[in-house]
This record gives sequence, C-alpha cells and structure tokens, in this order.
Amino acid sequence: MMVSRGHDLGTMLPAGAGFDPAMANKLMGRFGHGGFLNMQYVGHGTDWVELSIDWREDLVADPNTGILASAVIISLMDNATSMSIWTKLGEFRPQATMDLRIDYLRPSPSGQRVYGRGICYHLTNSIGFVRGFAHNGNPDEPLAHASGTFIRTGDRIS
Amino acid sequence: MTDTTYPLPPYAQALDMTVVDEIDGAPVISMPFADRVQGRPGYLHGGAISGLLEIAAIAAVHRALQAKGSDSAIKQVNVTVDFMRGGLSQMTYAMGEVTRLGRTMANVEARAWQDDRDKPIAMGHMHYLIKAKREDAA
Repeated sequence: MMVSRGHDLGTMLPAGAGFDPAMANKLMGRFGHGGFLNMQYVGHGTDWVELSIDWREDLVADPNTGILASAVIISLMDNATSMSIWTKLGEFRPQATMDLRIDYLRPSPSGQRVYGRGICYHLTNSIGFVRGFAHNGNPDEPLAHASGTFIRTGDRIS
Repeated sequence: MTDTTYPLPPYAQALDMTVVDEIDGAPVISMPFADRVQGRPGYLHGGAISGLLEIAAIAAVHRALQAKGSDSAIKQVNVTVDFMRGGLSQMTYAMGEVTRLGRTMANVEARAWQDDRDKPIAMGHMHYLIKAKREDAA
C-alpha cells in the first residue's frame, strides 16, 4: 500500500485504545485491494501480525500449475508487516512502504491457503524495519521470506 | 499493437491489465484504477502496483526468450520493489527491461508510471530462473 490506508483508517480506529490488528484488518478488508484478496486476520503478538489469503483461481499466475501470482504474496506481506509496526507501536500512524523484498523459496501450491506473518524488528521515530515469511499452514515450512522498510508520512489526524 | 502470443494470466485479467503498447521490444501493460486495486482511499495499493510490475517483467522475459527462439519456462526467485510515489486514481503503466538474459537466469528491471514515464511510481528488480523445457529435462 502506498501511503498506507492512511488517515482514513486513522479516523476509523478508536483513538487512545491501542492498536487492534483484528479490528483494523476487518476495516481494511471491507474495500479495496485487501477486500479483493479477501485478506483474513489470523493472529498477532507484541511485534507481529499474521494474515491469510485463500487460494483462488483468479489469483493465479500460471494456469497450468495453479501457482499464485507472486504479487499476491507481496500484498499479503505488505499488509502483515505494515500492521506489525502499528502493533509494536501500540497505535496507528500514517506510513508508506519504502521498499519490500521477497525471496520465493518455493511456489504456493494450487488450492492452498497462504499465510503471511509480518514482524517489526526495529522501530524508530520515522522508520519501521520489518521482516516476515509466508507459509501454507506450517510456519516451519516457509514458502517466502520478506524484508522491507516503512517510512512515517505525517502526524495522525484525529 | 503487439501480438500477445503470451496471454496474460488470470491474476492480470482479474485486475483488468492489458497489453497496450510496446517499447524497445518490451510489452507495455496498463492497469486501470478501480476499488479492487485501491489501498488508502484514492490511492493504489502497493501490492497491486507490484502485481503490475510482475506482469510486465514476466512479459518482458517471455518476449526476450521468444526473440532467442527459446520456449523455456521461467520461475521467479525474488523481487525488490521500491515505492517512490503514491499511485493516484488513474491509469497506470508498466514495462520490464531484461538487463541480462543468460542460460540459467534473467535479471529484470520493471518500471511503473502514470503520466510521465520519467517519474516512476515504483520500480521492481527481479531475478528469474530459466528452466529447461520439461521434455528436455526429462
């Protein structure tokens, strides 16, 4: 997400109540690309958020194999890592993805749900440093690794 | 217009991507703005921009392989996307440049832009593995 979910999400979330990734995903999943991909909340910890996307025929890059488009994994990791920053921070702040790298260890097989866990491993006043991985249900068998940075874009409008 | 001997995959069709032009032998892919590619209201989602970059990169590699008379399959190894500008609610274009095509791998740089090709909204750097045809590998 460029200039992520921005101020609109900021105004939708209750101020001063901490950051609830399940609620945020529900709000974000109502419309837009997250809604198209039907991204689901799976779980979270103090510095991580896990989301999932169900396999779907129209998300496939290669009709011969049924392998998901790699950008589906990018969207998943973008949202999961982005939310891991707000989760670690304990509140929403507007930010934009600066860069994101994905290494594809193996394809996500046809018909299988894909999970993406985003982890914020360091946070400064302006930058969120993230990493994460995608898997098909067993975190010990990742299908992709991700790393990236997010930049804070402005003050919260409330 | 180009002959799209390589049909765009279901993912690209779902996001309404089409081949609209060709620059220096590489297909130019377009993607219209719609709710399904939207992130923050009024702006493109980074994942959708990445998707456009991916489709452009794959099309460029296939075209480069065709030019060499090869019908090898490819497999993406990794991608790094730099997001430079917010994607506005308008048509977005992307094309890939195969910076090196070897026997075993291809390096690709893909660029996405809106009004001005010299002001990219995002750039992708990809590595693809060139796989031997299944018949050859067997």
